Formats: sequence, C-alpha cells, structure tokens
Amino acid sequence: MLERAKVVGGIFQFICILACLIIIAMLAIILGDILIHGAGSISLEFLTQAPEAGMTGGGIFPAIFGTFALVVLMTVAVIPLGVATAIYMHEYAPKRSRTVQLVRLAIQNLAGVPAIVFGLFGLGFFIEFVGRGIDHALYGGELVYGQPAIIWASLTLALLTMPTVVVATEEALRAIPQSYREVAYSLGATRWQMIRRVVLPQAVGGILTGGILAVSRGSGEVAPVMFTGAAYFLPELPGKLSDQFMELGYHVYVMTTQSPDVEATKPLLYATVLVLLSLTFLLNFSAIIIRAQIRKRLRYGR
Amino acid sequence: MMMLSSAESQTSGTLSDRIARVAITGSAFLAIISLILIFIFIGKEALPIFTSAAIGEEADLGKLFLPQPTREGAKPEYTWQPISEVPKYSLLPLLAGTLKVTIIATLIAIPLAVLAALYTAEFAPPWARETVKPAIEILAGIPSVVVGFFCLMVMAGWLHSIFGWTFRLNAVTAGIGLSLAVIPIVYTVCEDAFSSVPQTYRDGSIAMGASSWQTASRVVLPAAMPGVLAACVLGFGRAIGETMIVLMASGNAAILSLSPTDSIRTFSATIAAELGEVVVGSAHYHVLFFIGAFLFLITFGINLFGHWWVGRLQKRLQGAS
Repeated sequence: MLERAKVVGGIFQFICILACLIIIAMLAIILGDILIHGAGSISLEFLTQAPEAGMTGGGIFPAIFGTFALVVLMTVAVIPLGVATAIYMHEYAPKRSRTVQLVRLAIQNLAGVPAIVFGLFGLGFFIEFVGRGIDHALYGGELVYGQPAIIWASLTLALLTMPTVVVATEEALRAIPQSYREVAYSLGATRWQMIRRVVLPQAVGGILTGGILAVSRGSGEVAPVMFTGAAYFLPELPGKLSDQFMELGYHVYVMTTQSPDVEATKPLLYATVLVLLSLTFLLNFSAIIIRAQIRKRLRYGR
Repeated sequence: MMMLSSAESQTSGTLSDRIARVAITGSAFLAIISLILIFIFIGKEALPIFTSAAIGEEADLGKLFLPQPTREGAKPEYTWQPISEVPKYSLLPLLAGTLKVTIIATLIAIPLAVLAALYTAEFAPPWARETVKPAIEILAGIPSVVVGFFCLMVMAGWLHSIFGWTFRLNAVTAGIGLSLAVIPIVYTVCEDAFSSVPQTYRDGSIAMGASSWQTASRVVLPAAMPGVLAACVLGFGRAIGETMIVLMASGNAAILSLSPTDSIRTFSATIAAELGEVVVGSAHYHVLFFIGAFLFLITFGINLFGHWWVGRLQKRLQGAS
C-alpha cells in the first residue's frame, strides 16, 4: 500500500516537473533561435540608418525612434492618470467602499479588453470623434488630427497600459507604513501635503516599476497602433503630434507578412526581432529588480 | 481610518487640497469612463447593422448568421468574402476558426500551467521556484508579434515537415503559439489560488500521515479548484481576443470546417487584416465593428465572471482559516 502511494507520488511529481520543463523549453527554443539568427546582423549601421531597397537593406532607426517617441508620449499620459487612480483608491476613498470596488472592477476589466478592441476604439473615438472634432473646430474641416497620428496611438496605448501602472503603484502605497501618514497628520499636514511630501516620495519605486512595465508592454503592442498611427514606411521621422510613425513591432509584422522576398529580408527581420526583444527584456528586468526591493521593504519594513 | 477622516475635515479648506482632491478623484473615474466610452463608441459603429436600411441590405443579422446563396441558383452557403462583387459577410467560418484555435490553445496551456503552478506552489525547492517563476514572467513579457513571427517563420516549417499537413499555417500551429500567451495568465491565477489555501489544511493532511503529493492532489488542488477554473476561464478570455499570433500563424483563410489542420481566420485577425483598407462608413466597416463589439462583450463577461469567482474563493478560504 505504502509502495503504491510512493509510485503514484513519483509519477505525479514527474508529470509536474515535465510541465515546467516543457514551458521552459518552449521559451528557450524561441529565445535561442532569435538570438542565434539575429545577433549576427546587428551593427551600428543597422541601429542608426533607415531601411533601404524595399526593407532588404539598411537599418531600423526610424522604427526605433518612432517606438521611443510613442512610449514617451504614452508615459506622459499614463503615469499621472494611473498614479492618481491608485492614490484615490488607497489614500482618499474609504476602504472597501462601493466606489473603490467599482474602480477596481473597471481596472481589472480594462486589463482584459483585447488589444485589437483598443485599436478599434482608438479609431472610432480618438480619430473619428475627437480628431475630426478638433479639425472642425480649429482647422475648418481640413484633415489634420482626424487621421492616424502618433498622439492617438500613444493615447490608445495609455489606456491599455493604465492597469499596469495602477497595480504597481498600489503595491508601493501598501508598502508605506501607516505610521508615516499619522506622523505627517500629527504635524499638521493636510492630506495633499501628506501625499505630496510623504506618500509620493516613498512610492517612487513602485511608480517607476509601473511605468517601466507599461513602457515594456506598450513598446511591443502592435494591434492597438496599426490603425491609429503606425505606418509601413516613412522617409521622415515624426516631428509633430499629428504625424504618423514607424514602430518596431509593426515593422516586424510588415516585414514578416508583406515582404516580397522573405529570404532576403530574413537576416534583418531576425535582427529587428532581437532589438525589440532586448528592449522589452531590459525594461522588464529592471522592473523586476525594483519590485523585488519594494517587496523586501514590504516584508521587513513594518 | 477614523483619524484620517477627522484630519480631513479639519484641513480640507486649503485650495491646493481641494484642487488635488478633485483632480485625483476625477482621474480615478477615468477607468470606468473609458470602459463606458469603449462600449459606446464600438457599439455606435456596430449599430447601423440593425438600424440602417442601406447597410442592412448588404449585411443584416440574417446575412451574418444564416447561409446565403453565393451565385444565382446555387446552394446557400456560409461564406466570408467581404471584398467581392456581392460581398458575403457570414460570421460562421470566423466563429469556427476562433473557437478552434482558442480551444486548442487552452487545451495545451491549461494542463501545463496548472501543473507548473502546483509544482512551484507546493513542492518545488527554492532554486526550482526561482527558475520557473522568472521564466513565466519572461514568457509574459514577449510581445505577441514576436511569438507570431516565430510561429510563422520557424515553427510552422518544423511542424509541416514532421506532419506534412495540407496547410502549412493552420489552427494547430496558431494554437500552439497562442498557448504561449495563455500560459502566464493561467499560471499566475492558479498560483494565487494555491497559495491562498490555508496552511492549516496542509498541516492537517500531513499530520494524518499523507505524503506531500497526496496533500497536493487530494487537499490543496480540490480546495483551490474554483481558482483553477477561474484561471481557465480567464485564459480562454485572453486567447479569444489575442490578435497578432493568430493573424500571422493561422493562414487567415475563412474555411468552415471541423478539422484542426485547416487554415483558419479568427475574429480578431479579421479586424486586424481588413480594417486598414476598409472604407469608413461602409457595410464592411460596420461589420468589423460589430465583430469588435462582440469580442468586447465576450471578454468583458468572461473577465467579470472570472474575477468575481476568484474573489469569492479567496473570501471563503480566508473565512475558513
């Protein structure tokens, strides 16, 4: 009887470990394949030049620049909104109140909305409604903002990444000992003074984590920006908010699926994927490190 | 909390405090407002299918869901051919494709993710836990366009040379890729569920002479079962809306069949592939928004249910401990 239990336990253990190994193996195969095929084609020229000869030559600088501009604009929009939402839920609203539950529910659901639906929303709301509205009001109906543009793509991404920032900021707010707040109040601080001078400086790490994770997520998303501003190929870098832009993820998609000569684009394609992956990993990795620091404080700080 | 609210009543008079309060409260409601706006603006563009006679002539509910004759006198069929002389907008091939790839992806992802989560939560030595968890985080961080690229450029070729399928890109290829996007969310929710099982359950089981494996399979797994189910539901919701992987790896042919090795076209991929070229305001445009509204409502319902279910489980387990 005892023997049988041991054998069954052993088999169960083996199956569980096998599941872990399969997941890790799939990950390793993808990363390994991209690293092996991509590393050889990355050079300074590749990172600093524009695509040439129907994307079979040259580099990806416009896509890197466009992605960078996109996520900077996105960050400017998402950080204040996300942080304010977290502060409201943790510092202003009474705990477990209906409003907090409703806001939390909305954040959770926003995080589950498919990326492509955000793309539709960006087109239907930002471009067709807000953009057209601005054009009618300010430009006499001339098409300026009522078409795909970097501002609309970045605002769409800001909505998509807001839950990430809220969750990370909330975790940081929770790590701040309640006594800090009480001391601030006892010294006569108003709530806003307390938040600005005590809570926010303490929460910088969490806000940073959220921002980095949002940037990492945003820089890899393609579906929300395909209709709201990303372009196949542009000779010029985006200079105004109403310009279109090239994006790394979209560039990968275009080169993979629309290239006239797949074999000729392959080395550059792999190199582009490697750049995109390195970018997101670098961001994720730094977020993980900062978050580990915060969690340590959460555990020992009180 | 009592103290905070009394402090507030004394000091809420200053101007900067009042401005901050209004601004912060206002932004907090933005999440709710955005959801409502998404609903309104996608619904608004989907509505003409029901209300406009001109649009309805090309695409009404009957044309979307019932078989239509492709030619004069031919047998009625389910066809998705939005760009043709007589556009055909049957959603059934797309529905079949979406369900096929979603089911394949969840069938692959759920056993892997649940077992991996059980292992890391219950028996893994620290070094193994510190390997699997970051691996899952890395997996979650891979942009879906990269997974799609890998499926299309590399994996599809491997699978094709092994199995020799008629279609190089098919539901299985896309399903395997899609499972990579589903594994992290199922794993995370499951792991939360396992670790919210009170330690007393395990202690009791071990004290009765059960091995750690018996404890895991007979005590922890049943106690966390609702959480595991919620994880599966949330994973399904993630899979049904994922776009780039299926857009690149599924072949994008709207074939109505049950075979998992046929090429497929999903709802999400249809929007992604066609919205760029569509004429704003045409029947095709409104049909694409109709599909978007459908995806939004499905995922919204799934998420609402999943999170409610997880919350209920946690409350019950906390009450029991």
